[in-house]
Amino acid sequence: MIWLILIGLAAGVLGGMLGVGGGVLFVPGLVIVAGLTQHEAEATSLLAIVPVALVGAISQDRYGNVRHRDALLVGLLSVVGAVGGVALANALSGIVLRVAFAGLILLIAFQLVRRVLGERAALSTAGNPVPGDDPMV
Amino acid sequence: MACSVAESHHASELSARTLKLAAIGTAAGLFSGLFGVGGGSVIVPLLVLWLGYGEREATGTSLAAIVFIAAVAAAVQAAYGNVRVLDAALIGVPAVGGVLLGTWLQQRAHVQVIALLFAAVLVASAVELVLQ
Repeated sequence: MIWLILIGLAAGVLGGMLGVGGGVLFVPGLVIVAGLTQHEAEATSLLAIVPVALVGAISQDRYGNVRHRDALLVGLLSVVGAVGGVALANALSGIVLRVAFAGLILLIAFQLVRRVLGERAALSTAGNPVPGDDPMV
Repeated sequence: MACSVAESHHASELSARTLKLAAIGTAAGLFSGLFGVGGGSVIVPLLVLWLGYGEREATGTSLAAIVFIAAVAAAVQAAYGNVRVLDAALIGVPAVGGVLLGTWLQQRAHVQVIALLFAAVLVASAVELVLQ
């Protein structure tokens, strides 16, 4: 139980810092630590995402970063896709879904590393010190 | 005449925009429902590429859309009997506090180092999931 709380906290911190959502950590956490099946973990992750996205959206809205009409349209027009995606997930076996999910988080890890290396390269060609290299920064 | 041409041009631009938003919503919904994630990694780049959003606006608008998407997908998953409400609360409620902490830390910590550590955790999780 304490592990789930810690995973939730860590997923939230990472989401807030990096903009990579909680679900990417919720799902493996629920499978590996809580022993849920891949299907249960994905379903439970979706419910856990709702309050996180809500608080995130409210705080972004204070900075004027939410375009309400577009957000509403994307949200409302996602229903068909969401129903289809859930039906597809439930049509697949646990092992297939788990391996596909593993592929997804490998891809996200790859993108994160590429983003960091890109930022470092951009900073060093601009003649600025790279933050990670300077203990004073 | 000129006015009606301008109006129909405006209308077609409007519907092209709505079509793009519908395509983004559908793709994000499929992705979210299939993998149990929010779908931000689909929505944010598409808002930037197709609709000329800036990074911050894309992130904020994506979060607001995800509230709907995740709620719908969770409700459908509940109909399949897959949702564990207690586990969702145990992991989701601390995450809310975590997001606020993370947003605050973003200005103060070595984000690049954290990103690399996170990437390593994801790779380890992927290996563990495949081996299970």
